[in-house]
Amino acid sequence: MLPEIGQFALALALAIAVVQAAVPLVGAARNNVMWMRSARYSAFAQLLMVAIAYGCLTSAFISNDFSVQYVAGNSNSLLPLYYRITAVWGGHEGSLLLWVLMLAGWGVAVAVFSRHLPLDMSARVLGVLGLVSVGFLSFMIFTSNPFVRLFPVPMEGHDLNPMLQDPGMIYHPPLLYMGYVGFSVAFAFAIAALLSGRLDATWARWSRPWTTLAWVSLTCGIGLGSWWAYYELGWGGWWFWDPVENASFMPWLTGTALIHSLAVTEKRGTFRSWTVLLAIITFGLTLLGAFLVRSGVITSVHAFATDPERGVFILAFFAVTIGLSLALYAWRAPSVGLGGGFGAWSRETLLLVNNVLLVVAAAVVLLGTVYPLAMDALGAGKISVGPPYFDSVFAPLMLPLAALVAIGPLVRWKQDLPTRTWQQMRMTAIAALAAAAVWPLFYAHWSPYVSLALFTGLWIVLAIGLELRQRTGLRPASLARLRPSYVGMHAAHLGLALLVMGVAMVKAYEVERDVRLAPGESVEIAGYNFTFDGTYPLPGPNYMADRGTVHVTRGDDTIATLHPEKRTYASKRGMPMTKASLDRGLLRDLYVSLGDPLENGAWVIRVYYKPYIGWLWAGCIFMALGGLLAASDRRYRVRATEPAAVKGKVAMGRI
Amino acid sequence: MLRFTVIGVVFALLIGLFWVGLGLNPRELPSPLIGKPAPEFRIPELFDAARELSQDDLKDKVTLVNVWASWCSSCRSEHRHLLTLQRNGARIVGLNYKDERAAAFGYLNSGGNPYEVIGFDESGAAGIEWGVYGTPETFLVDRQGVVRYKHVGPLNDIVIRDTLLPLIAELERS
Amino acid sequence: MRRILTPLLGAVAALLLAGTAAAQDAALLQFDSSEQEALYQGLVRELRCTVCQNQTLLDSNSSLAQDLRQKVYTQVREGASRESVVDFMVSRYGDFVLYRPPLKSETALLWFGPLLFLLTGGLVLAFVLRQQRTRAAAGTGVSTPDQPRIHGKH
Repeated sequence: MLPEIGQFALALALAIAVVQAAVPLVGAARNNVMWMRSARYSAFAQLLMVAIAYGCLTSAFISNDFSVQYVAGNSNSLLPLYYRITAVWGGHEGSLLLWVLMLAGWGVAVAVFSRHLPLDMSARVLGVLGLVSVGFLSFMIFTSNPFVRLFPVPMEGHDLNPMLQDPGMIYHPPLLYMGYVGFSVAFAFAIAALLSGRLDATWARWSRPWTTLAWVSLTCGIGLGSWWAYYELGWGGWWFWDPVENASFMPWLTGTALIHSLAVTEKRGTFRSWTVLLAIITFGLTLLGAFLVRSGVITSVHAFATDPERGVFILAFFAVTIGLSLALYAWRAPSVGLGGGFGAWSRETLLLVNNVLLVVAAAVVLLGTVYPLAMDALGAGKISVGPPYFDSVFAPLMLPLAALVAIGPLVRWKQDLPTRTWQQMRMTAIAALAAAAVWPLFYAHWSPYVSLALFTGLWIVLAIGLELRQRTGLRPASLARLRPSYVGMHAAHLGLALLVMGVAMVKAYEVERDVRLAPGESVEIAGYNFTFDGTYPLPGPNYMADRGTVHVTRGDDTIATLHPEKRTYASKRGMPMTKASLDRGLLRDLYVSLGDPLENGAWVIRVYYKPYIGWLWAGCIFMALGGLLAASDRRYRVRATEPAAVKGKVAMGRI
Repeated sequence: MLRFTVIGVVFALLIGLFWVGLGLNPRELPSPLIGKPAPEFRIPELFDAARELSQDDLKDKVTLVNVWASWCSSCRSEHRHLLTLQRNGARIVGLNYKDERAAAFGYLNSGGNPYEVIGFDESGAAGIEWGVYGTPETFLVDRQGVVRYKHVGPLNDIVIRDTLLPLIAELERS
Repeated sequence: MRRILTPLLGAVAALLLAGTAAAQDAALLQFDSSEQEALYQGLVRELRCTVCQNQTLLDSNSSLAQDLRQKVYTQVREGASRESVVDFMVSRYGDFVLYRPPLKSETALLWFGPLLFLLTGGLVLAFVLRQQRTRAAAGTGVSTPDQPRIHGKH
């Protein structure tokens, strides 16, 4: 009964989405106030319907209703309750429903928090969001219905993939989708601007907090995914340049360019058409990502098991949406105006370089991701493009970018002098260079690349300190008075610095060993001694585990006792899963996982020393926090005092 | 103006690429052995461990080399096709891949034996020489011992009718 | 002072029972030198498992990956160079098996693409900046207000 209600609710949601798309957009074009006002109510109604559908699917999971095909394929009665709830988004259909739910949720958020926007703008934004919903809902209803029934009803489900039975599963997909959907909002703002012909600093101020929040969500989603892979997969890796990973990274790169471009548009009224283009491209990349992951054109362990028929639908959706948007852009962008001018050495210029580098980086990732497909399509054979390629082409782009992050905040808007900047930054550059040259000496081997990366990271940190000192003299009272958006910027940049330094150090100096250890034997890496103390069986709710004990010491100090596990899940007989055990630290992680069992209680043990890997996650956290602070700035919450209708003039946002 | 054209072209190219890509199978690998002499290998025969099978045994007659195993479920679905081919005069040499003799005997007893001779590749070393990555796989080798064609996965009517039989006929004529 | 990397599993092996069961997975791999070990470790991370869904030979548990790892190990122990091991794999499985795509005419666009993109980006940048200069020189465009009152606002 409930699944049918869910299906019906989805159909209703689609109908409402059509209304939400058509009525306000036509209303805005015709200046019909009633029609424009209806957008808000459509958004509420759509959320209600989608939430009902989602609730029905979740209850099917909770009650182990295996007559629903999707439930039978992704759940199991032995699965603990919280995993049954998160299993809803463990497969293609359910994750789509989650996506649509978030889309509806963001729509309501926009409806609620957009009272200060002019009516035609908010109507257009909600209308475009409605169009996006129409696309996703149609996709679901016509090709990926989560409520399809299964006869005869199986006694037991297939179970959720054991790798997904982890707290990371609870947070990673929702945050990722929050990000993707959030960029739909940024896209909606951009299209609304193009449609209305109103693309100025005020528009940027409206759009910015939404876009920043989307970026924060995506940052958290990607960071969590990486962190989760690191401790869950048992091989210590955290990024593989897998096509699905790239699918989330590309919109992040252009999304970062977008938030910076929005900053310039808000502040100076420039970069307007670039901002709009970036919004379209970022949203396009999220759709492209959905296509790559769900169509079967690429091979990935992350990909959902889907078929080309669904791929055709998404591709068509992508082609139509982005094609029309680009056409609209080509038509309207030239009349948008150029905004304020700026000199050759100015913050605008540096931000432009920043954005160019980010877009180039995204293009490089796209190139590497689709090249095997392109070669195959042209009959030129099958190749693989993996980490060796991406690592070698990506790093040279990121290092100049990081250096820019150090310099940028200290350069004036509109016009500055390179000599002045150099004078300001000379000391910090030298200090960073010196520290970066010396730091690697404490590790296994000195490398110029590591030093270069450390230099950029350290320079960013020192430059932040310099800026803070210039502005506040580092007095606590002045520091407390700093605006959230300003603090947020520095926090996010600090996060980037930590990330760059962490990546460089861990890749250069990590140590990995596979050894055969019998109980009582030990191995040493990087000065740490790992002693294996055998395993004992430990049953879990839906698995049987061999739990090992490894004592870690350094010299005379006991550092930690680690408990790696090898689990065999009831539903996946013969496919044991490794659960690694970590001792995390500020400056290093110690990581142990069990390989295969050998005779007489001996096991293959993998031990890792990972220096500074915690800085990666800290970096992500700082970036996310920075974004949150920036989005929370009061100026976004103050009602606009200037009149709502401001035609294409350059209007400085009142700060 | 240039900006729009470039973006438009890139966009159109991407769409076209993905459209074509939907019809491709990313898991299927073309074989680098095609056009080259059959790889060198030497393994005992399944039924007579004293005798050996090597690439030299593949010459003088157009031969199908079929990689199979008793544990391979898709192999069963193509088995009747192999029997039909053999009845119609094709020469099929089997490569029993990473299997156990007893299990292989049982498989052939119950399903029938289309193979003229079968090599027993217990360790999979011969399979590596042939670039085997999944069973079943079928190779077509001509009279000179050169590999001409590889099919990954179970054989089906269409592949046999449209590709395999014409190719066999062509190779036998030359 | 951190320790220099312990060079050999061999050194560790002295503490442990030796023994390489042929089918065992990385149980205890002995090498004649650290270069040899580094070669092996590098190769199993750069070669792709052909039956898996995007995994290196090292990460995969499939039986083919185990066989191929064993093959790489044997060849490296026999003194094979990186080129010959790669050649061995490619001649049997094709370029697909390499995560670092070889530089051929077909992959030229792949390897030079990033540089091309960067140059294009640079051209766009130069173009925009020149546009700014001509506009400033001609005195066209909407005149912009000065820096806002609050100094150094971001």
